[in-house]
Amino acid sequence: MDLSVRIGSLTLSNPLMAASGCFGYGVEYADLVDLSSLGAIVTKGLFLEAREGHPAPRIVETPAGMLNAIGLQGIGVRRFVEEKLPELRTRRATVIVNVCGTTIDEYVEVSRILSDAEGVAGIELNISCPNIKEGGIQFGCSLDGTFAVVSAVRKVTRLPIMPKLTPNVTDVASFARASEEAGADAVSLVNTFLAMVIDVETRRPKISNGLGGLSGPAIRPIAVRMVHECHETVKIPVVGMGGIMNARDALEFMIAGASAVQIGTANFVDPLIWPKLTDGIREYMHRHGVARVSELVGSVQTGPVESPAGA
Amino acid sequence: MPFDVAAQVIANTRLSADYNILALSAPAIAAVAAPGQFVMVKAAPSCDPLLRRPFSVFEVLRDAAGVPSGLSLLNKRIGASTNLLYRADRGDTVDCFGPLGKPFTLVDRSAQAWMVAGGVGLAPFATLAQALRARSVPTTLFYGARSAAELFHLDFFRELNVELVLTTEDGSLGERGRVITPLDRRLAAHVPHAPLMVYACGPEGMLAACAKTAARYGQPCEVSVERIMGCGMGGCYSCVVPMRNEHGGFHNIRSCMAGPVLPADQIMWD
Repeated sequence: MDLSVRIGSLTLSNPLMAASGCFGYGVEYADLVDLSSLGAIVTKGLFLEAREGHPAPRIVETPAGMLNAIGLQGIGVRRFVEEKLPELRTRRATVIVNVCGTTIDEYVEVSRILSDAEGVAGIELNISCPNIKEGGIQFGCSLDGTFAVVSAVRKVTRLPIMPKLTPNVTDVASFARASEEAGADAVSLVNTFLAMVIDVETRRPKISNGLGGLSGPAIRPIAVRMVHECHETVKIPVVGMGGIMNARDALEFMIAGASAVQIGTANFVDPLIWPKLTDGIREYMHRHGVARVSELVGSVQTGPVESPAGA
Repeated sequence: MPFDVAAQVIANTRLSADYNILALSAPAIAAVAAPGQFVMVKAAPSCDPLLRRPFSVFEVLRDAAGVPSGLSLLNKRIGASTNLLYRADRGDTVDCFGPLGKPFTLVDRSAQAWMVAGGVGLAPFATLAQALRARSVPTTLFYGARSAAELFHLDFFRELNVELVLTTEDGSLGERGRVITPLDRRLAAHVPHAPLMVYACGPEGMLAACAKTAARYGQPCEVSVERIMGCGMGGCYSCVVPMRNEHGGFHNIRSCMAGPVLPADQIMWD
C-alpha cells in the first residue's frame, strides 16, 4: 500500500501533517511521537521577530469545537533556525514552516532566511490568522493582496510555497486561483472561522481578545465543502483541514479533493493520534482495494444521491 | 514521559453537592507522578465536550503491597467535563494522560513547609504532604474554603502530622475570613532567616495575595497556577503566564511545560 503523496516538488511519506499552531515547533512532541512518521510538521507561525501574543484566557471550548486567539506568540524565525531546526533534523521530521508577516517585505525576508536554512521542506504562508490585526489577514482577504504576497515570496525561494487560506471570505476558491496564478505550489485550508463566545453572566467575551478562531469537528462540513470547491477550481494540490478527528474524517477531506490533510485540534485531545490515523487509512484502503492513497483525491461522486433502501 | 491510560473508575466519593474524589486505575502514571504534576483527563469519548481538562494528581493510590496502582482527582463541578466527572460511576473509563508538568521543589528537613490552599486548590497538597513527611519536614497547611462543609480530607493531613490552620468565609470552622490573614500573621512572627518554603494553590486572587505576602517577608514561594489548557503538552500556547524577564519586560511561558508550579516572585501578577 502506498500512502505517499506529492505536494508540488515535495513527496510526503503519508498525507498526514500536524497543523500550524497545534503542534508547537514539533520538538515538544519529540519524545512522545516519532516525528519522522508524520507526512510533515507545520510549525507554529513565525515572524521575523519574537512576539508574546495575547493575554490568557486564549481558548474557550464550544459545542464540538474550540475558539482560540493566541495572537501568534512565537520566537521569531532566527531563533527557530538556531534552536529548533537542528533537533527537527535529528528527528528526521519533514518540516514545513508557517511564515507570517505584517508586510510583504517581512514575508519575503522570513522566507529567504528559511530558504538558506538546512532542513526546511516547504513554506506555508500564513495570510489567514484571524486573531491579530496586522498579521496577514489583510492580505488573505484580498485577491490582490494574496497574489502580491505569494508572487513576492515566489521570487526568493525554490521551496514549495503553500498559502494557508481563510474561510472568512465569500468565495474561497477565487483565493486558491489567485494563489495558483501567483506561483503557489499548493494551498492549504481552512484556517479558523472568526467567531465569538460571550459569558452571559458577566456580559464579557470568554477570551481576552474578544474574537477568536473556531476549529474542531463543528466546522468540518463547511471545511470539506471549501476544500472541494478549491479542488474543482485549481490544478495545484489542496491540503485540507478543519475538525479531522479520525481516519474517516481525513479520508472525507481527501475524497473531497485534498491531496493531504492537516490535524490540529484532534492532536490536543489525543497526542498519540498519528499511528491510529495511518492504521485507519490503511484499513480503509485494504477494504476498498485502493493501492495508492492518492487515487482517492477528489474521487467524490457528485451525481444524484440515492435514497437508502426503505427511506 | 507521559502515558495515555484508559483509566477505569475505581471509586467516586461525592464529598458535597459540588466536590468529589474520583479514584482511577492508572498504575503507569501513578508510578512516576511527582507532587505538583497534573494529568489531562477526557471526561467522555464524544466530541462534546471535546478537550481534556487538567487536574492535579490528588492522591497516589497503592495496592496492598504498597505498589502504586492508581490516582485520584479532587473534582469541583464547574462546567461540562467536571459535571461528567462528578457523575461518573465505578467501572466507567476515562482517558487520562500524564504525568505532565514541573513538580514542586521539595525542601529538606532543615526548612519548614507551609502549604496554602484555597478551595479546590487543595488538590496538589496531599501528595506534597506525603513527600514532605517522608523527608521529616515540619509542615503546616493553611486551608481556606467557603464553609466547614467544603474543608475536606482534614484527617488525612492530621495523620501525616501536618499542622492545620483553617479558615472559612462564613466562620463555620476555623478563623472567619480568608486564608491569607493567618498566613500573614504567621509570617510576621516567623524568625526572618529560618528556612521556609511557602507552597500555594487556589484562585488567582489568592495566589497573587500569597505571592505578595511571602515576598513582603522575603520568603520563597512556589505557586501551582491553573489555566485553561488545550493540550498540556506545549502544543497550543493557551495556558500562558507572563513572567518577568531580565530586561524589565515579560515573557509568556506555557504553564503546562514550565509549570504548573512556578516561582511566585517571577510572575507578573497584574
